[in-house]
Amino acid sequence: MKPAKFEYVAPTTLDAAVEALAAANGEGKVLAGGQSLLPLLNFRMARPAVLVDLNGIKDLSFIELRGDSVAIGALTRHREIEHSPLIASRLPVMSAAMRHVAHLAIRNRGTIGGSLSHADPAAELPMMAMFYNASLTVQGPAGRRTIAAKDFFVDALTNCLEPEDIVVEIEFPILQHDEWAFEEVARRFGDFALASIALSIRRGRSGIEDARVAVMGVADTPLRLADVEERLGEIEVDGRTPDRFSEWVMSSVTPNSDLHASAEYRKHLLGELARRAMRTALAAKGAILR
Amino acid sequence: MTVNVSVTVNGIRHDVSDVEPRLLLSDFLRETLGLTGTHVGCEHGVCGACTVLMDGHSVRSCLTLAVQVKGAEIITVEGLGTPEALNVLQAQFREHHGLQCGFCTPGMLMTGEDLLRKYPHATDQEIREGLSGNLCRCTGYQNIVAAIRSAAAIRREKA
Repeated sequence: MKPAKFEYVAPTTLDAAVEALAAANGEGKVLAGGQSLLPLLNFRMARPAVLVDLNGIKDLSFIELRGDSVAIGALTRHREIEHSPLIASRLPVMSAAMRHVAHLAIRNRGTIGGSLSHADPAAELPMMAMFYNASLTVQGPAGRRTIAAKDFFVDALTNCLEPEDIVVEIEFPILQHDEWAFEEVARRFGDFALASIALSIRRGRSGIEDARVAVMGVADTPLRLADVEERLGEIEVDGRTPDRFSEWVMSSVTPNSDLHASAEYRKHLLGELARRAMRTALAAKGAILR
Repeated sequence: MTVNVSVTVNGIRHDVSDVEPRLLLSDFLRETLGLTGTHVGCEHGVCGACTVLMDGHSVRSCLTLAVQVKGAEIITVEGLGTPEALNVLQAQFREHHGLQCGFCTPGMLMTGEDLLRKYPHATDQEIREGLSGNLCRCTGYQNIVAAIRSAAAIRREKA
């Protein structure tokens, strides 16, 4: 349970990091927080020839308001996002999701760029990237380009990056909504989710003017449920809304069975979490669920 | 290829040459520096036994390379107190019988220290969430929670 040998480089600029990665000819791996990569190295499931440590690149760590978006540097630790007042006020759903991200010691080290690149289908940050319709800026040998979250996550633990690309920053557009909810169930607090849902809405006179819905743990990537969002805009809100929403969410997913839960259970769980999320979102304004 | 690592551990500066980049911090502490208080359980970040403080924050020493702690301040369980003078948290672990076989204890203490610093007013639920990344196979969690709750109260009084 020790890593195999590798060359270690610790560049202090992003350009040097991309160069080192390109020089490794596909045998290189980026080390950020290391909370997903180090287990793979310890198990020798990954045996890169070169490890490019990004931790010495200081300008990759920031959280800043940029017009109608919040931009987060790829090397920003989970802990910093969890405790950021800016995130709490502008991206409240993400703020709530952060306390479900792994455990205290993991949040102290893990980074947003690392979590997104690892692309676990039951991890909160990839789900938040889908939920907020985030865009990722990546740098490769040919320069920088921007990738939408929906194009970034290709499959379980698979992103669309080339071997010499490095995630630089992620921009999250702020939702002009007034109510939201985040629900998750994991076998042990902080473990990967069996199922989770994020919901945010803007209330109109009698209905929902705008809605955003994302789920995870029920597919090979996190999913944004655009059809459900649209249907929410077409109904009058009443006491049956949470149940209808729950049914729509359940009928939108086809989870797989695995060691941790059967497909039926995951679907049932997601339906229940959806019901709770909608109750929370609607109850916040009061007097809607008579 | 080897590297030099200069790091402060429990207040003492160490300059170590010929460190292999693949050496884990957990093995560096135990094998190179002889600080065997840090325990190694799962070696893939699940059990929490190897938790130490790095620049004031709890980290898994099995998920950190020794080469990555250059210039950092590390605190291990040996840095908390001595058998003659336990620190507040250690004393409360003893008081509340917060350990049985003792294998998970160094990790529980280091996580507890981080928890008390970050969340001095933690509720029982928050203490449990904070400890969720540390496994005790004697399953003595109740007393560990009681020890941390009590240490938090004592520190708040002193503050």
